[in-house]
Amino acid sequence: MSEKQAKKNGPPPGGPGGKMRFEKPQNPAKTLLRLLSYVVKNKAVLVLVAVLVIISSGAGVAGTYLLTPIINEIGLVVENGTFDITNIVKYLIIIGIIYVCGAAAQYAYQRLMLNISQGTLNLLRKDLFDHLQSLPIKFFDAHTHGELMSRFTNDTDTIREAISQGLVQTISSLVTVIGIFSMMLYISPALTGLIIVMLIVMLNIIKFIGGKSANFFRKQQQNIGAVNGYIEEFIEGQRVVKVFCREEKSKEAFSVHNENFRKSATNAHTCASIIMPIMGNLSYFNFAATATLGAFIIIKTGASELSGVTGFLLGGIEGVLTLGSLAAFLQYTRQFSNPISQVSQQLNNILAALAGAERIFAIIDTTPEEDDGYVTLVNARVDENGNIEESEERTGTWAWRHPHSADGSVTYTLLKGDVRFHDVTFSYDGKKTVLKNVSLYAKPGQKIAFVGSTGAGKTTITNLINRFYDIDEGKITYDGINIKKIKKDDLRRSLAMVLQDTHLFTGTVEENIRYGKLDATHEEIVEAAKLSNAHSFIKRLPDGYNTMLTGDGGNLSQGQRQLLAIARAAVANPPVLILDEATSSIDTRTEKLIEKGMDKLMENKTVFVIAHRLSTVRNSNAIMVLEDGQIIEKGDHDTLIEEKGKYYKLYTGQFELS
Amino acid sequence: MIKKLLSYAKGYGIYAFLSPLAIVFEVLIEVAIPFLMSVIVDSGINGIPLSEKEGFVVDILLRMGFGEKQGLELVTSTGLLMIVMACFSLICGASAAYFAAKAGMGFGKNLRGAMFGKIQDFSFSNVDKFSTGSLITRMTTDVGMIQNAFMMALRMLVRSPLMFIMAIAMAVDINKKLSLVFIIVGPALFAALVFIGSKAHPRFERMFKKYDKFNTSIQENLISIRVVKAFVRSKYEKEKFRISNDELKAASIFAEKLIILNGPVMMVAVYTCIISILWFGSKLIFVGSMQLGDLMSFITYVQQILMSLMMISMIFVMSVMARASMKRVCEVLDEEPTIKDDTADGNLKVENGDIEFKNVVFRYNETAEEPVLSNINLSIKSGETIGILGGTGSAKSSLVQLIPRLYDVSEGEVLVGGRNVKDYKIHNLRDSVSMVLQSNVLFSGTIEENLRWGNENATMEEIREAAKIACADDFVMSFPEQYNTDMSQGGVNVSGGQKQRLCIARALLKNPKILILDDSTSAVDTATDGKIREGMKNSLPETTKIIIAQRINSIQHADKIIVIDDGKIDDIGTHDELLSRNEIYKDVYISQQEGKMEQ
Repeated sequence: MSEKQAKKNGPPPGGPGGKMRFEKPQNPAKTLLRLLSYVVKNKAVLVLVAVLVIISSGAGVAGTYLLTPIINEIGLVVENGTFDITNIVKYLIIIGIIYVCGAAAQYAYQRLMLNISQGTLNLLRKDLFDHLQSLPIKFFDAHTHGELMSRFTNDTDTIREAISQGLVQTISSLVTVIGIFSMMLYISPALTGLIIVMLIVMLNIIKFIGGKSANFFRKQQQNIGAVNGYIEEFIEGQRVVKVFCREEKSKEAFSVHNENFRKSATNAHTCASIIMPIMGNLSYFNFAATATLGAFIIIKTGASELSGVTGFLLGGIEGVLTLGSLAAFLQYTRQFSNPISQVSQQLNNILAALAGAERIFAIIDTTPEEDDGYVTLVNARVDENGNIEESEERTGTWAWRHPHSADGSVTYTLLKGDVRFHDVTFSYDGKKTVLKNVSLYAKPGQKIAFVGSTGAGKTTITNLINRFYDIDEGKITYDGINIKKIKKDDLRRSLAMVLQDTHLFTGTVEENIRYGKLDATHEEIVEAAKLSNAHSFIKRLPDGYNTMLTGDGGNLSQGQRQLLAIARAAVANPPVLILDEATSSIDTRTEKLIEKGMDKLMENKTVFVIAHRLSTVRNSNAIMVLEDGQIIEKGDHDTLIEEKGKYYKLYTGQFELS
Repeated sequence: MIKKLLSYAKGYGIYAFLSPLAIVFEVLIEVAIPFLMSVIVDSGINGIPLSEKEGFVVDILLRMGFGEKQGLELVTSTGLLMIVMACFSLICGASAAYFAAKAGMGFGKNLRGAMFGKIQDFSFSNVDKFSTGSLITRMTTDVGMIQNAFMMALRMLVRSPLMFIMAIAMAVDINKKLSLVFIIVGPALFAALVFIGSKAHPRFERMFKKYDKFNTSIQENLISIRVVKAFVRSKYEKEKFRISNDELKAASIFAEKLIILNGPVMMVAVYTCIISILWFGSKLIFVGSMQLGDLMSFITYVQQILMSLMMISMIFVMSVMARASMKRVCEVLDEEPTIKDDTADGNLKVENGDIEFKNVVFRYNETAEEPVLSNINLSIKSGETIGILGGTGSAKSSLVQLIPRLYDVSEGEVLVGGRNVKDYKIHNLRDSVSMVLQSNVLFSGTIEENLRWGNENATMEEIREAAKIACADDFVMSFPEQYNTDMSQGGVNVSGGQKQRLCIARALLKNPKILILDDSTSAVDTATDGKIREGMKNSLPETTKIIIAQRINSIQHADKIIVIDDGKIDDIGTHDELLSRNEIYKDVYISQQEGKMEQ
């Protein structure tokens, strides 16, 4: 299991070509509104940003237009031979002010957007994570870790890009395009006509290449998947490759995948990177065409004012095309192509972000683990008459607080650890029954063992006690109370589990043990470690209890990790203990050594044990042999051996346990 | 490091050359176009003779016969020239993009292939050093990063500096005095960009670290979700997440708030240039040392120069990011496989299954204080069955991995077939020593394809024969597609015991002189386990069989049983001998047999 998980948690499929995305959200409008509700925490700020964006792109357009009077003014110098410095200075000062305002506005909105986008992400991630914590185990069964991780990484990343750049760039590009376009019309409708023709050509090229790209990128994505899959499989299995001397064969097969990927990646990247030079050079084409046509008009008209429609067409509102206005117009043609390709790219990014947001919202909208329990676990004190009283402070005694809605009264039941199954039937998917009519009882202090092959339903039974899953039929009671009435958190607090796949967290050894009881003192932790026989190896670690564990305790052996997991359960010290293959990675000799600790840990507790090794379950009060979701034999070791049934066969090694 | 990596562009070098070449043409044209515009303005509209204009482009135009043209004719022919040039430039630009993609992806392919080959040649200790996960990241994420950086470099590394130089050259050519503006503003802008970049870099590193930590904590939470729920720690986990989430936000803002200065700084620089050029330009025009059209093209050059400066500073940032990846990839490429057989004799074959250990000491890491194995002396005869028993971490696996030379001894020597294992070519040695590893893997493909790993040319009868000995034939034949059953990823559609039996069959197909089973029947029931042992005894009488097991039943009938404790041989003997004299053996035996003894 853990090996498989590691694979799924591997790096996201290769970096190449990350920038271009072609994803379509299902319901863009709805998702956009919802995403905006995260962005718009403070409307005033957003309005301010919009104003600043308009100022900054407006300043760019206006600044360029001011070239017209300045150049015309300088042109007068050439014509008249007089140098009117005051006018030029006046225009230069205006242009300077406009530029400074533009730059200042740009910095201001970028700074504001940085806070907004990071704030949005922070909030989104928080909602996502918090909601994940409330989801039932079933959800995690259905989704791989890699999949969920990519909600936090890839999807939030596209959203960040779309918010911090997409929104602003789209507004600013639109303002710029509209601004430039109106200025162009103002200067010369005829020249603008030329630009419109070119614009249509440009848009078609973008559309054409975009369509091709989408196909190529899809192909590339498939091929990178194959390459990365092969890499993972063969690097993980490299030792086997070595043992069988298959190095050359695996290199050959790899080079086929590698070459396929190269071909499709070349196509995809050509498409992606060809747009920029095409757009850039088309704008030079525009530039040249405009310059020629403009010069033609100026020469023909002699730069003098024309009246009527012709005048308007050639020279705009002022009815004249001057050198100054041609200069400005030429600047505009260069500035025009950039925002156009920007908008098309940003739209792609925004669509990708919406698709990502949709996936995130789908998780946030998943129904959380239901909990309608009302029986809670409280500290209690028993007075001399045997009455149970609730207590504020820790008494070491616990009781179930059971309010009755009928008459408003409250009864208390001492927490003992009596667990019973009454005719329990269960299936994971509602179709394939995993457990059929299972009945069993575990009295306080008893040790119950489950034996059976993989898939017989051993682990399922323990997962039902703590309500990781809810049963379909029948009833499970805990100290006589139906567990459905018990608040899940309190139910789980009264149980401790040690699982086969021990999972540790990044942090010190001490912190990992403390996970079982957050307010445990150092002495309690050492006590628990001693009990589980972990103390001796912890002492030998470089920093003892303060040794940092990283990567799921990767620096420890599997056996040591299991000892830590046992210590973690020991410090929690609840009345019911579930050991699911807890000692499977500890060799029989070491197991014997910790047996004493385990016995002490299990003292006065109800214990459910699942073990592969039959020597571990021998001294149980009752052993349940499971097959196909049913208990086929039950009794203690001696009775079962005498019965000469399945258990006997298992014990004498005539059956396979795997 | 970069030079070494560049050698992997082999076979695509021509594209790596053509791409910048096409870009050179593109840049030259891009720089010439604004000048042509000034020709239109000055000579076409304002009627100043072309010969009076400055600049070397004028000379070219004069030679092309533009000098005789005037007015409209000059405008249209210059315009036409510009349009033709723009088309040519478009072709250059597009083909440069194509060549760059071709070279970049080809380079990536070579690099990936070289790394994969290198890793396949790695010995066990090389792999131990890197860890599987890190090797995978290096081959996927890092190579992807480098390949893209290479492609970008092909396009930008020539373009930006060339554009920068050419635009300045044109500007100087038009008017030396006016171009002084660049000399002041250019370096100031560059310094500002580099300053921002260098200040931001450590902040970004910090942000990436926080991001790593953030990801790890989520991943841990997801993997351990059952633990979190069982201990009712979701509140605690949320709080933990809140802290790292807030830290990440703070670190991101801290880093990015510097980078957003780039845009405004750039704008201020461009605008300062434009205003000063307009101011000084108008004075120059007044004294008649410059034309109006020149001023207009000058403004275009300002933008070209400053844009390329911006690009150059971006290349800096990107190279810093790619650098980390390059280092990680080079580490793999530079790693020397620790086990080599260059000096071995290719004709030397393993004669028989004799094994001898002479004063063997073994450390995984030469710097480790305590050896994993010390003072091992052993002699095993061809055809014997040897059992090895010992607790977790007693170095049983390490001991047997020395036989097929998966690791090299630190001191002493290991002999197979009477010769030191280092005398054989690795291929010859491992063909004769078959080993079933503890953590074994089946690969994607059918069962038959997997078994053929043992012997490419085996007939179907041989395959089934081996499967029968490993007690795998029965269950394989029960599958609807029998030996053609597809093993999906990691062979998950068979049970643990079945997988182990397939792995044994695969090893048997080699028909080895020595067969090593490293805890390979742990999930197989004792009865089947016995049958497999019986089968091997009968059909491979010549083969030396070494069995590591936790279960006494698996080894109790061996000719010799080796008890290992803490890296040393504790005792060697038969089952009965050990039971009477060896404490460890007795302990294990009793802990496993209690139930039976009671009966």
